[in-house]
Amino acid sequence: MSVKKAIFSPLFENNPIALQILGICSALAVTTKLESVFVMCLAVTVVCALSNFFVSVIRNHVPSAIRIIVMMTVIASLVIVTDQVLKAFVYDVAKSMSVYIGLIITNCIVMGRAEAYAMKNTPGMAFLDGIGNGLGYSIVLIFVGFFRELLGSGKLFGITIFQTISEGGWYMPNGMALLSPSAFFLIGIFIWILRTWKKDQVEETN
Amino acid sequence: MKFLRDFLDTQHHHFATGGKLEKFYPLYEMIDTFVYTPSDVAKGTVHVRDAIDLKRTMITVAMALMPCVLMALYNTGFQANKVLAMTGATPEGWRAGLMMSLGLAFDSASCLSNMVHGALYFLPIFLVTQIAGGTWEVIFATVRKHEINEGFLVTGLLFPLILPPTIPLWQVAIGISFGVVIGKEVFGGTGKNFLNPALTARAFLFFAYPAQISGDAVWTAVDGFTGATALGEAALGGIAAISVSWQDAFLGFMPGSMGETSALACLIGAAVLIISGIGSWRIMLSMTLSAVVFSALFNVIGSETNTMFGMTPMWHLVIGGFAFGTVFMATDPVSAAMTHTGHWVYGALIGLMVILVRVVNPAFPEGTMLAILFGNMFAPLIDYFVVQANIKRRLERAKV
Repeated sequence: MSVKKAIFSPLFENNPIALQILGICSALAVTTKLESVFVMCLAVTVVCALSNFFVSVIRNHVPSAIRIIVMMTVIASLVIVTDQVLKAFVYDVAKSMSVYIGLIITNCIVMGRAEAYAMKNTPGMAFLDGIGNGLGYSIVLIFVGFFRELLGSGKLFGITIFQTISEGGWYMPNGMALLSPSAFFLIGIFIWILRTWKKDQVEETN
Repeated sequence: MKFLRDFLDTQHHHFATGGKLEKFYPLYEMIDTFVYTPSDVAKGTVHVRDAIDLKRTMITVAMALMPCVLMALYNTGFQANKVLAMTGATPEGWRAGLMMSLGLAFDSASCLSNMVHGALYFLPIFLVTQIAGGTWEVIFATVRKHEINEGFLVTGLLFPLILPPTIPLWQVAIGISFGVVIGKEVFGGTGKNFLNPALTARAFLFFAYPAQISGDAVWTAVDGFTGATALGEAALGGIAAISVSWQDAFLGFMPGSMGETSALACLIGAAVLIISGIGSWRIMLSMTLSAVVFSALFNVIGSETNTMFGMTPMWHLVIGGFAFGTVFMATDPVSAAMTHTGHWVYGALIGLMVILVRVVNPAFPEGTMLAILFGNMFAPLIDYFVVQANIKRRLERAKV
């Protein structure tokens, strides 16, 4: 697999959320504000790349029977480090995201890539694959976060785009966009657009 | 009418395959079949031939809805005129201007004044629903090269009836767009949706813009007037707090979503649906029985803090959207359970949920919409178990 493919195929061709349907949970939880979306995307990309790298480094020394526990330990350590770094540098954002940084441990994308890719490939490629999947995850989250923040509070990155009625403007915020189910609709629409564009992703009807 | 037929025939070649307007064939076909009975018939040997097709089904439902529509027109105007007379406020805006120029006073005793005033609220909402929803139907039919069918006719009539008269028109357009696109078209269009599109549209508005579709200020078509629905009052103080009489509630003379207030109009509609065989009497009966049983159960249990426990079954049936939901929403043949046993289970489930939301959930005074959507969600599962049980039963019979 080429370097280019490792990084770019998870964006649209093999998107972890839109095609593999992994990591939906955090896509619902942290996408009301673009600011937290970016922090989350960064955190997941870093954790995914590094966990892939380290798992790949030790892949030939791990007995197959306990590999899941070993991966879990690697991922958990990386998440704790990430959590501490975020608390040190962007404390407010990290605090507003409460448990969801810690819950990156349970993000299926990280574990899934470690198991599916890092266990079979060299550390360099595994690292790039982690970055690629982090970016694929980020694209969906940014799409969802963009519409949720814009429609739900009329803002982007906290900067007013549509002035809401309560602030003397004209825009009536859509309360639905602030509720988690709206992320389901937006992810669904993302998949709809993606599969209209790339028809090979359409599942066969039974 | 010959000239219309001739005109349609002369235009046909533009829309036929290879014509310059080929893409818009669904539009041509829609107008043609709306005006005339289609001439093409199924040619296969195995085919159920029945006089009642989608078009006739939908038109029957639309006719069954007519009492509710008339009541919606009358009651919306009646409530508004009554409040205007009570508060002595002077009505403003284009509706008031139109009423004046027609020489109609805002008199709640005048049937005509009530009807016209109500129509001035109902018709804009109805038109926006038809235009916005119809546009989506045409877009999807054109892209998918389907025929434009009558499925939207009923949705487009149901949706205005379950909205409060004061709802902003742009919200109507957004709501019905969501209902038609996400509630129906993404699943493949008419007949393939698992949720009722009109209720999906309302649920979207309910969660997106709660200020315009719930609370106390939206149910009477007078600016700035606050008046709770009967259920809103009951949620605060039980039956004692309801300001309308049971008889008025049954007949529908109370504030609420436009078409839902009259249990009597819904009963007439139910009779039409049951006699014509379109609506399932099993669903209506089991939903009503279930609501009666469970509300009576709550009566017996009783509660010192929650006055809704004391709400009698008789009241539950006539206020809020229960009657309308039972007759027109829960029986939607597409989103309801399909099997006869399934009808009973499905109706009972919805009846239970309505009472649970109304009585136990303090956040929402009314639960009919959510209960029916909940029932829609479970309908395929209910059918699955009914079908499996049937297969099992027959297999065992075969063994003996």
